[in-house]
Amino acid sequence: MDNKIVINHLRELESESIHVVREVAAQFENPALLFSGGKDSIVMFHLARKAFHPAKVPFPLLHIDTGHNFEETIIFRDTLAKETGTELIVKYVQDTIDQGKVTEETGVNASRNLLQTTTLLDAIEDLKLDAAMGGGRRDEEKARAKERFFSHRDDFGQWDPKNQRPELWSLYNGKKNMGEHFRVFPISNWTEMDVWQYIYMENIKIPSLYFTHKRKVFKRDGAWLSIAPFMQLKDSEKVEELIVRCRTIGDITNTGLTLSKADNLEDIIEEIAAIRTTERGDRADDKRSEAAMEDRKKEGYF
Amino acid sequence: MDKKGNKGYLDMELLRFTTAGSVDDGKSTLIGRLLYDSKAIFEDQMEAIERTSKKKGEETVNLALLTDGLRAEREQGITIDVAYRYFATPKRKFIIADTPGHVQYTRNMVTGASTANVALILVDARNGVIEQTLRHSFIASLLQIPHIIVCINKMDLVDYSEEKYENIRQQFMTFAPKLDINDIRFIPISALAGDNVVNKSENMGWYNGATLMYTLENMYIGSDQNHIDGRFPVQYVVRPQSTEFHDYRGYAGKIEGGIFNVGDEVTVLPSAISTKIKTIDFYTESLKNAAKPQSVTLTLENDIDISRGDMIVKKDNGPRISQEIDLMICWFNEKPLLSKGKYAIKHTSRDARCMIKNIVYKVNVNTLNKDYEDKTVAMNDIAKISIKTTVPLFYDPYRKNRNTGSIIIIDEGTNETVAAGMII
Repeated sequence: MDNKIVINHLRELESESIHVVREVAAQFENPALLFSGGKDSIVMFHLARKAFHPAKVPFPLLHIDTGHNFEETIIFRDTLAKETGTELIVKYVQDTIDQGKVTEETGVNASRNLLQTTTLLDAIEDLKLDAAMGGGRRDEEKARAKERFFSHRDDFGQWDPKNQRPELWSLYNGKKNMGEHFRVFPISNWTEMDVWQYIYMENIKIPSLYFTHKRKVFKRDGAWLSIAPFMQLKDSEKVEELIVRCRTIGDITNTGLTLSKADNLEDIIEEIAAIRTTERGDRADDKRSEAAMEDRKKEGYF
Repeated sequence: MDKKGNKGYLDMELLRFTTAGSVDDGKSTLIGRLLYDSKAIFEDQMEAIERTSKKKGEETVNLALLTDGLRAEREQGITIDVAYRYFATPKRKFIIADTPGHVQYTRNMVTGASTANVALILVDARNGVIEQTLRHSFIASLLQIPHIIVCINKMDLVDYSEEKYENIRQQFMTFAPKLDINDIRFIPISALAGDNVVNKSENMGWYNGATLMYTLENMYIGSDQNHIDGRFPVQYVVRPQSTEFHDYRGYAGKIEGGIFNVGDEVTVLPSAISTKIKTIDFYTESLKNAAKPQSVTLTLENDIDISRGDMIVKKDNGPRISQEIDLMICWFNEKPLLSKGKYAIKHTSRDARCMIKNIVYKVNVNTLNKDYEDKTVAMNDIAKISIKTTVPLFYDPYRKNRNTGSIIIIDEGTNETVAAGMII
């Protein structure tokens, strides 16, 4: 063919993801996009906007708020929803705790990471969601490498990794019984590098936390953590002010910060290209055991 | 600062390949080496598998632990499911669909093969072409993977013998005519020692071909897609109903064949009404043309009633339209195929139901012989069947187009995907 159109890998991944997002809108009655304010969910939202333009995104954003946030993320989240006229639903882990459904962890390493699952499953039931899309990627973690684009959950919200539906070509089977739902991962095939290159190529706005800034931090288990009102410091832990940035954004209690001077996307991409540890390597939530992610996912985690 | 490295990705292509293999043929070692040498294995991952290998009392680092993501897989030391792995070189981004190789995992191999451009077939140089080689090659051919690379592995264990390599190549070529694949290449390698994987072997001066990595990076995949027959299954109708876009009616979908240009004459199926493409929209851009596999939104000159499941095609170049379909299937489910049974199907963006009319034959995946007697199609079986669908399908033979020629079959009771079908 003479008029050959060259499609680079980012455009091909983008096309695949947009196709999946549209399948969700077509196959489900009441989907939502899980949105944390991190870069993956920001890319997901960008893809959703591209999928339906010039119409608005036909589903709401859902944030499961642990209360242990970086303030910048919340401001970013609210601004983005407002500017784009998208419905934003926030469900609070604190409410789940107050209702007595879960018990807050205690001790210095206390995290609300596990508690989120209950809040999320309650939200899915309350809002009668039949599909929850997320920005999970297969390259993040080995249990996630086994995940389908359309991932079936039973009526307890559980994942059965050994009995997943085969997924072929680009045919996605979203059929289910009452009470069951799907988790859908449109950017399954993206890597951390793809996400950054795409943010750069599309000039997508991201929270300032991803760029270098001065922050009061302390070291725990080899990772730099930010100080926050609800963080307990051990006697041996000293607060220092350092030049850091976030490589991922999760809860403030378990997001390790990178010592970095990268203040623009090009420098971030170079830094990621040279870095020799995984993105979740500094996420304390994954370090609990080798199968930590698989166990959480089976119960209904993101 | 040099920003050149950042722009390089604009020329990068995506290549998907599949590997099938069992525990001992060096598949994990090969993948591990590709990942390790392209720096896709990180220090914390390496430390984690080093710890686990030590705990299990293994002498060397077991790279299989990288790909076996489920607890059950690690405990049993086997790969159960398809795992997807990613790495990139400055030339291409690669997606590996890593699948188990035993006959009881045929369905996983089929799944991994469905999206692949290239199949890596591993042959142990000591054993030559065996039953498993034949099975893996047949699946690659059945799923119409355009390119096969036969990696003759463990050359270090046969003294890097050219004669051994040639014998195996000849062996493979004797059954190659049975395969429906045009591009078959052979590379003598040692995944363990690294010969001809990323770096050219110093032990096999007689081999003048490219290394595996070079082949993966440079092989031409531009003609793998069907660029001739314009196919656009309508996935979703975009109707903003806003003041600004009051009359906007766009048809969103992924191009599954050919190239569409603004102004092209098109026919909409099933109504068979013809019109022209008014615009090709992609977010805020308006494109002059778009090709497979782009996801875009088309608007048309005339107002026609179009909904999800319809297909927009180039005028005078339509697909086949029928309710009577012959196909090859791979059965996935523990519950065998019910002759005369009714199932749900998915084909492009179309949902339908079908009845199994006839089971024609079963294929013995180890000998490739056809069995016209035994009509029990159980898990992992490959068979030719005929179905009748409740609505006409707009399709191409799978050989011509892997996306408009494929269906999945769904059990209406359990909602499970029970088979993959390749239309003949």
